[in-house]
Amino acid sequence: MENQVSEVHDVVIIGSGPAGLTAAIYTARANLSPVLIEGEPSSTSDQPGGQLMLTTEVENFPGFPEGIQGPDLMTAFREQAERFGTTIRTEKVSRVDFSERPFRIWVGGSSGEPDYVARAVIVATGARALMLGLEAEQRLLGHGVSTCATCDGFFFRDQHICVVGGGDSAMEEANFLSRFASKVTVIHRRDELRASKIMADRAMANPKIEFLWNSTVLDVLGESKVEGVRVRDTVTGEESTHPFTGLFVAIGHQPNTDLFKGQLELHDNGYLVTTGNRSTTSVEGVFACGDVQDDWYRQAITAAGSGCMAAIDAERWLETQGH
Amino acid sequence: MAQLTELTADTFSETVNGAQEAVVVDFWAEWCGPCKKIAPILEEIADEHQGKLRVTKLDVEAHPSVAQQYGVMAIPTLIVFKDGQEVVRVTGSKGKAQLLDDFAPVL
Repeated sequence: MENQVSEVHDVVIIGSGPAGLTAAIYTARANLSPVLIEGEPSSTSDQPGGQLMLTTEVENFPGFPEGIQGPDLMTAFREQAERFGTTIRTEKVSRVDFSERPFRIWVGGSSGEPDYVARAVIVATGARALMLGLEAEQRLLGHGVSTCATCDGFFFRDQHICVVGGGDSAMEEANFLSRFASKVTVIHRRDELRASKIMADRAMANPKIEFLWNSTVLDVLGESKVEGVRVRDTVTGEESTHPFTGLFVAIGHQPNTDLFKGQLELHDNGYLVTTGNRSTTSVEGVFACGDVQDDWYRQAITAAGSGCMAAIDAERWLETQGH
Repeated sequence: MAQLTELTADTFSETVNGAQEAVVVDFWAEWCGPCKKIAPILEEIADEHQGKLRVTKLDVEAHPSVAQQYGVMAIPTLIVFKDGQEVVRVTGSKGKAQLLDDFAPVL
């Protein structure tokens, strides 16, 4: 490792979505020379740039009246953070020790001496998409089961596919996939959508989208590619098989907080506890922002806003510590 | 850093079959966020393993027939060929250490 283990950084930021990169822009401009550990590439939302890397058009981020592509927005965030001197590391944090100061952070498979030592830490690890938890889902990932509609929708031209879920991301995926697919069936376990009105209305009005209400997925069929989906009606208990050739899952998110169990206080649902209107966590000097501590708003703009809060909180706290 | 050779439906076979070294083909597209993250890692790997590994890319939107031929239904997908035979397939974006593990059979 080329890291200077002896060097104590003022601020280390873990995570590189809108929250982490905004915290980097602010702490870099405050001359705190932040190090941002951005994570490692993956095809899930747990990756550098975060959940927006898997979206297409972002229509509600202020300042872009014509909309902007999610990955382009995150590239711009990253460039802005680098412009003011943020050091960005493409590594994944594997362990933290917040039991004493300065805080210690390990990346990859390393053990022994910590890779980073920091006076203040900003946690912005976000949330990742939930999967159904079926054996067949893992086996058929990349063979008709997909975690990224924007990446893989193209391969389902003129096919009848399904989206599981009833929230905004499920509606967004269904609408996007309807550009390619002959038909998109939304499988939802309730009889009404959880999605916002604008997203629900758009999906309902789309002639290529139909709904299977009160339904849960029991199994995905096929050996080497998706050949069908087994579904149970939650009201009648009746089971049926549908010949979908693709399955996209959008059933919600879970926070990326496994790293912090036993280190920081978590809510029962796994999200980090922050105090009042601040970004402070249960450990003095550790701050949290973005979806990792927000199970309510979960927007790019609120994540960015809370990233700014965490940066200012960290800066002021470091001042009180004489740094 | 090395620019990856861009393959087409026409040059695909001759590149994959004719090379002395193993050939990595990165199936990608412009609209795929995770593909953009894996590209610089592949360029690094290409630099570090010159002579053993030739790293190329194929735009699935421009050349869908090749993607179809190899049953690619998700991107990024990386297929490693040795003497024209598929020896390793990686579906989805990954970090450098993991990719080097996956490529180990040809390194």
